Amino acid sequence: MNSFTFHRATGVDDAVRETTRHTGAAYIGGGTNLIDLMKENVMRPSYLVSVAKLPLAAIEALPDGGLRLGAMATNADTAWHEDVKSRYPLLNQAILAGASPQLRNAATNGGNLMQRTRCLYFYDLATPCNKREPGTGCSAIGGFNRIHAIFGASDQCIATHPSDMCVALAALAPTVRVSGPDGERSIAFDDFHRLPGDQPEKDNNLRPGELIISLDLPAKGFSKNFSYLKLRDRQSYAFALISVAAGLELDGTTITDARLALGGVAHKPWRDQEAEQLLIGQPATVETFARVAAQVVSTAVGQGSNDFKIELARRAVVRALKQAAEGSQQATDVFQNSNP
Amino acid sequence: MSTTNYIGQATSRVDGPAKVSGAATYSAEVHLPNLAYGYVVSSPIARGKITKIHADEVLALPGVIQVFSHENVPSVAWLDKKHQDQVAPGGSPFRALQSPEIQFSQQPVAMVMAESFELARYAASLLRIEYEQEAHETNLETQRAKGYEPGKGKTGYQPPPPPRGNPDKAWEQAAHRMEAEYVHGTQHHNPMELFSTTVDWHGEGKITAYDKTQGVFNVKNYLVGVFGLNKDDVRVVNHFVGGGFGSGLRPQYSVYLAVLAALELRRPVRLTLTRAQMFSFGHRPQPLQYVKLGTNPDGSLAALQHHVLHETSHFEEYTENIVTWSGMLYQCDNVKLGYQVAPLDVFTPLDMRAPGAASGSIALEIAMDEMAYEAGIDPLELRLRSYAERDQNQDKPFSSKKLRDCYHQGAAKFGWEKRTMAPGSMREGNMLVGWGVGGGVWDATQKKSAAKASITADGKLTVLSGSGENGAGTYTIMTQIAAETLGLPLEAVTYQLGDTDQPEAPLQGGSWTAASVGTAVQSVCQDLAGKILKLAQKQADSPLQDAKFEDVEFLNGQIRLRADHSQSVVIRDVLQSSGEAKIEADGSTTPNMPKQSQYSLHSHNVVFVEVKVDEDLGTVHVTRVVNAIAAGRILNQKTARSQVLGSVVWGIGMALMEETVIDHKFGRYMNHNFAEYHVPVNADIRDIDVIFVDEEDDIVNPLGVKGIGEVGMLGVTAAVANAIYHATGKRVRDLPITIDKLL
Ligand SMILES: Cc1cc2nc3c(=O)[nH]c(=O)nc-3n(C[C@H](O)[C@H](O)[C@H](O)COP(=O)(O)OP(=O)(O)OC[C@H]3O[C@@H](n4cnc5c(N)ncnc54)[C@H](O)[C@@H]3O)c2cc1C
Ligand code: SF4
Repeated sequence: MNSFTFHRATGVDDAVRETTRHTGAAYIGGGTNLIDLMKENVMRPSYLVSVAKLPLAAIEALPDGGLRLGAMATNADTAWHEDVKSRYPLLNQAILAGASPQLRNAATNGGNLMQRTRCLYFYDLATPCNKREPGTGCSAIGGFNRIHAIFGASDQCIATHPSDMCVALAALAPTVRVSGPDGERSIAFDDFHRLPGDQPEKDNNLRPGELIISLDLPAKGFSKNFSYLKLRDRQSYAFALISVAAGLELDGTTITDARLALGGVAHKPWRDQEAEQLLIGQPATVETFARVAAQVVSTAVGQGSNDFKIELARRAVVRALKQAAEGSQQATDVFQNSNP
Repeated sequence: MSTTNYIGQATSRVDGPAKVSGAATYSAEVHLPNLAYGYVVSSPIARGKITKIHADEVLALPGVIQVFSHENVPSVAWLDKKHQDQVAPGGSPFRALQSPEIQFSQQPVAMVMAESFELARYAASLLRIEYEQEAHETNLETQRAKGYEPGKGKTGYQPPPPPRGNPDKAWEQAAHRMEAEYVHGTQHHNPMELFSTTVDWHGEGKITAYDKTQGVFNVKNYLVGVFGLNKDDVRVVNHFVGGGFGSGLRPQYSVYLAVLAALELRRPVRLTLTRAQMFSFGHRPQPLQYVKLGTNPDGSLAALQHHVLHETSHFEEYTENIVTWSGMLYQCDNVKLGYQVAPLDVFTPLDMRAPGAASGSIALEIAMDEMAYEAGIDPLELRLRSYAERDQNQDKPFSSKKLRDCYHQGAAKFGWEKRTMAPGSMREGNMLVGWGVGGGVWDATQKKSAAKASITADGKLTVLSGSGENGAGTYTIMTQIAAETLGLPLEAVTYQLGDTDQPEAPLQGGSWTAASVGTAVQSVCQDLAGKILKLAQKQADSPLQDAKFEDVEFLNGQIRLRADHSQSVVIRDVLQSSGEAKIEADGSTTPNMPKQSQYSLHSHNVVFVEVKVDEDLGTVHVTRVVNAIAAGRILNQKTARSQVLGSVVWGIGMALMEETVIDHKFGRYMNHNFAEYHVPVNADIRDIDVIFVDEEDDIVNPLGVKGIGEVGMLGVTAAVANAIYHATGKRVRDLPITIDKLL
């Protein structure tokens, strides 16, 4: 049968060593993505190193005032952690906007960063896909690409990174601590994922054997003025067509600091630092937001069935910034306040 | 003692505890020793042929038993007739693994048999198959010119009636007019339960197939015909279906392959399809629908035209009744209905909940809304101005039709009179509010059915009829009917179904089970009651001595004189003192054709929907639904309501998200999993009100039942689309109405 060896790592060193030693080895966290990919024969690791039970599930304060999220903490435990709820509610909202309670209970933070694209062709062995099999071609270009990228795509791959959590993280800018054969290093979140370029098979800049051990959030959490807006085909259990994570700091009505990231639009969670700079110093008005949103989408390129995303992204950015400025939450959910 | 009048009560499902505790056994859960497991390999191409199968490579794996393909399967019956099941359309049914030819993407091309499921799956993933690819055509748009009027091959298909009046001229001269084309997505049934068959092998040519099906007899006859087996040697069993929606009406290639393997390997076999393979057989076709309506100055319909083209496969001519209903739902003297199909390189479409009507009602009911706006008349009022008192298609009166009550009660419950006509005129903050209406009509059908009832001396009644149980509530309503007819408590009654050793019942589809099997169950229980009465009368000093059957009633465990309730006997006492261990009655019932044929037999409904649409973002929420239904007598308020709730949810999905996406480059359905094939989740659904209006009907069948499995779905999708128009002023005619269509 489809045989693989299952090894439960006894520690970080053991995990890294085992993964480096065996060709075809892969880490497995909650398994909510990897097992699916194995069932579809998209990924066929021969050696699984289980890291979910490593003692890296703690969520704890950092000396610089930040918060460390253990890589093995589940998405659910992370979202509902008191410090996350109160200091980083943007992250809480983004995680809860994703998947389903059952999935969030199993999924780990490390696995969430590493989850692979939902491109339909990537999942179907009957169709060519450069990410799955480099050099075979990209079926999504000229095909069904409603869920595909409008930013940073290449002629090799137009896939998107599907995570919600990572969009909030892109805005909050933690560092990703990893441990590998050459020891530990830290990667700025924005440098963790990558654009497809001519190596679409590579989702991120992790080196072979490296294990994510934590996400270190900086002190600033934008806990007063934030919004995670997710637009999708149904109200739950669907990936984002467009999502926006916005965080603002206001002095009166003047924006003193800003964060803006989009999901469902690129091969990586799409933080737009130029837009952030445009916001700073400006009044928190719809006019400002509209100007910035126009700027955000000015570099967007549609692929046919996803052309609508450019306009949708523009409107979503305006709405998210407006909600953040008002201090109201995501809520396109009219059900909560509908009283017919 | 509480009364044994159960019919019409909100009785909870008698099979509920078994289902929620896991005691209910589904086809893939029948445990047999020495099972061999099959796994189907599906074609990556849509047209061409297999040139080589490298079976030897996987046969070398320890534990792999066989690789079946066109190279080595035994031949089966030659005649198409032998492969045609009860509801097969005309043509040549698909025969898996009988030829190297590829006719559709995901066609089964091989089946790997192994000692475990995991091994079979792994081996299947390694099986190399070479193909010679040919150009395919899966796009109906480019095949419009290939449309033709199909024949009458399929049971239940009625070609549209000939035109009446002068529809072209009437439309030209109408005071107000509209015309438009509508399309909705292809849908795959996708019940939760995967198609699965476990076959027990009892020796040469003798099998029991535990199959996921909506009709065990249909499967049995098919297997007997295809494999040339002895009728007495084939038994098909299905006690529970984890959702059917029509997917189990025809025997699927899974049961064919599982039986083929069991006969060849001479051992028990299990075959389960994958979720992706659930997209490899029948589907609701994607119709291109053209509607033209015109009204008289008073707002009544002057002209109605409805033309449809949808796909079929190259090997079968699938048909469904899409346009016929349009000639019947409203009064209109100038009507033209057209229906065509065109072949594509896909599997044959397959009836899906309210086949035809679900599609047709989308086009007609959105068109009615467009007409209302053209004419400047409230959409509900427009419908009332063309209320059909007679079925003009057949020129017959309705056996009963309380659609007007549905309109009034539904509108009152919904608050329709507060609606303002102009699009975008009902706001709530930055939400646009829209109210829409739609409705439909569906057949009330009764089919021949047989049943058997037996009661033992301890007063325990068992009733058998080999129908299906889709989750519709069949176990429960049949138990209610039997218990009430014999005046026994529910707990004393066991109803069994889904076994070809039982008396024959029709396929479970078409909303006819309650009417057909219910009538048979009632009838055999009445016969049994007659026998019990006779036994009672044999007793010395029986108070019922001279009573005729009509003079007594069976109630609360007793038989008593209708005229004098004090004159009674206890049923159990009668049975015990009779000395008989068991009393039985069996028989079958058929519709009363002389009576029924004078009437048009139909159920009707109307649906009111409220949506809230975010003006900037295009997100739609369906916040309220009222569905008012006239479907004769309701046997069980609870299971009937559940049927309608499911219908409404599906209708909402059809309006907003559900669609199988095909990539024509590959001729392949691409979103073949539950993450990407979107159906509503809890968070999408809010208030759903169901009203069953009183409707008495002693023509449809003795129970007065019309069936509610399908009518509840009609009009929902159109009502959502109409509500969205009312909210936004955007008329979307290409469903589902996803966010991008409202920007
Ligand atoms: C039906 C469905 C719907 C979903 N909807 C959403 C949604 O709406 N929004 C959303 O954001 N997500 C969604 N998800 C995805 C879900 O969030 C991810 O599957 C999950 O976060 C992955 O975490 P895991 O621990 O289960 O990863 P695994 O499946 O265990 O692993 C995923 C990948 O990460 C690698 N890996 C795991 N841990 C580490 C580590 N510590 N260091 C390095 N590599 C590691 C593995 O080798 C593997 O390649 C959905 C998933 C499903 C199945
Ligand atoms: S977009 Fe990327 S993942 Fe999708 S088919 Fe193209 S190469 Fe593959």
